[in-house]
Amino acid sequence: MSEAIANQPLGNASAPGTTSSLLQVDSLRTVFRQGRREVKAVDGVSFSVARGETLAIVGESGSGKSVTAMSLLRLIPSPPGEIIDGDVFFDGRNLLDMTEDELRDIRGNEIAMIFQEPMTSLNPVLTVRQQLAEPMRVHHKVKEEDIEARCLDLLRQVRIPDPETRLDAYPHQFSGGMRQRVMIAMALACEPRLLIADEPTTALDVTVQAQILELLKDLTRQHGSSMILITHDLGVVARYADRINVMYAGRVVESGTALEIFEQPRHPYTLGLINSMPRLDASEKARLIPIEGQPPDLGNLPPGCPFSPRCPFAVDQCRREDPPLEPYQGQHLKACWVNVDE
Amino acid sequence: MTTETTPAAVTTRATTTPPLRERLGDNKVLGFIGRLIKQRPMGAFGAAICILLLLTGIFADVIAPEGYNHINPIDRLKPPSAEYWLGTDQLGRDLFARIVHGAQLSVIVAFAATTLSIVISAVIGITSGYFGGRFDMASQRVVDGWMCFPDLIILIVAVSVLGPGTWQVILILGLLFGISGSRIVRSSVLSVKQNIYIHAAQSMGASTLRILVMHILPNVMAPIIVLFTTRLAAVILAESGLSFLGLGIPPPAPSWGGMLSLDGRSYMFQAPWLAIVPGVALTIAVFGINMFGDALRDMLDPRMKGAGSGRYVAAVRRDRPSSMRPAGGKAQ
Repeated sequence: MSEAIANQPLGNASAPGTTSSLLQVDSLRTVFRQGRREVKAVDGVSFSVARGETLAIVGESGSGKSVTAMSLLRLIPSPPGEIIDGDVFFDGRNLLDMTEDELRDIRGNEIAMIFQEPMTSLNPVLTVRQQLAEPMRVHHKVKEEDIEARCLDLLRQVRIPDPETRLDAYPHQFSGGMRQRVMIAMALACEPRLLIADEPTTALDVTVQAQILELLKDLTRQHGSSMILITHDLGVVARYADRINVMYAGRVVESGTALEIFEQPRHPYTLGLINSMPRLDASEKARLIPIEGQPPDLGNLPPGCPFSPRCPFAVDQCRREDPPLEPYQGQHLKACWVNVDE
Repeated sequence: MTTETTPAAVTTRATTTPPLRERLGDNKVLGFIGRLIKQRPMGAFGAAICILLLLTGIFADVIAPEGYNHINPIDRLKPPSAEYWLGTDQLGRDLFARIVHGAQLSVIVAFAATTLSIVISAVIGITSGYFGGRFDMASQRVVDGWMCFPDLIILIVAVSVLGPGTWQVILILGLLFGISGSRIVRSSVLSVKQNIYIHAAQSMGASTLRILVMHILPNVMAPIIVLFTTRLAAVILAESGLSFLGLGIPPPAPSWGGMLSLDGRSYMFQAPWLAIVPGVALTIAVFGINMFGDALRDMLDPRMKGAGSGRYVAAVRRDRPSSMRPAGGKAQ
């Protein structure tokens, strides 16, 4: 196993202060089958998450961000979905080789997930108390008589005012932001070592978005948990992520620290994303530059680099050969044949 | 003159009774009944009929101690009178006593058969809908096959195999309604299982059984309650129909359907009360159950608990600091 880590490009050996990463994903492939068609939703993704680190996965809709997250916990509905290749090592154990029972012990206990839609991710017929207590009951983490105290403590941690009154309320009596706080409290109930937040703020108001992200950041820091933050909002990423993976058409096209990605984007797609983002420091007359074209059909990818049809820098090689994800500078990786220099 | 009337008005306002909700306090059962009466008067009326039916069934021997089969040949086919409130039949049996004991029989058969049918519907519907795939395919084809046969044919065959009797009727009606009802439960499960909270429960490590019982079942309770009440009424009718055809509970048991057919039809012109009374009893029972069922479904849905949400909204308003209140007037 040590050899496998050493061989793959995102090795953590050079990451300072960590002996080994908490999560190690190697060439993960997930496909969805529709009759004869095979849609490659995740196509050979490798990355790692160090202890206490926040990794952001950025990309547009359909780039495979959520499917990657779901594949980690094997929550892909099967059929039609199937994880056909790869390894997911969590603390040295391969999640993809585990039995369903072993995996159930990990889910919600060591790895917890927060979903995109706070309005529908709480069960409408159960009280907040019942739902908050559920992960603790499932994993027998907390004694039955201590559950109430723990629930109140969790609600306080996610800064819900007047938790004693709220505990017996139903989800429909909460606003979207409050529901997302309850979801976060549920996710933290068993003090997981890894938190996967799948677009946790997409459905919320802008002011609430910032509060929720601050909360997530604070709580993961307090507990020393790692976080995978999935988003299509680059603005979110800049502030809250330590490292960023940019995904396109089911693969990672660029990976680096937040500073590297924003200051020196080295993949044309990343560059396009940053240019299409409104900035406060730009002049009033500056126009946003969109990325032309549509994301490719994942069931019928173009030859060579999947971004080549939309890429303004594309050369002949791009249309023939698929570029591998290779180091550009230290831990800054890119999958592109062309050297993009601003 | 105006100054003299004002104090009187103030005192009357002060002595008026506090609103209903305050007087009922926090008692959940009383509060529920209060809301039922206030928000769903027809449902409350239906509930009263159901309670009456239940009490009649339970205390049948107290209300009509002479029993349903006390023959009195002298008083044959008497019209309703002070002595015989609802008249007598061709054997001189008191029709009131027979209706009261018939209520007991109806209650037993209806609740037993409906409970059986709901359990069958829930088990088939939830497993078939949740697991989907080949299991769903296979079980739904069995249900299709079962539903291809007309109900009456199944009933006639089953009764001729098992013979007539109370438990046979319960078993057959339970199975019959249970299998067809599984369709309704299944279709609700199909939509419920798409919800993210089911996915969230999986991601939390909940076992399949836990997801079915804790997350799917409570969310399909509304259709199950409706199914229960409509089936309850339908079972009473079906049992009457079976007895009418002579396939149900054999005489002298006082089944309302049997009374309609055996005595009611034969003496329809000499003694019309023999047909009218059990018919009216059936109608009232079915009507009451349906009304109560509809109201129950609406009231049990937590999203419709109006009083609760009002209280929380008030709490939020109180907590909010004054700076967040709209300050339009001050600004201008």
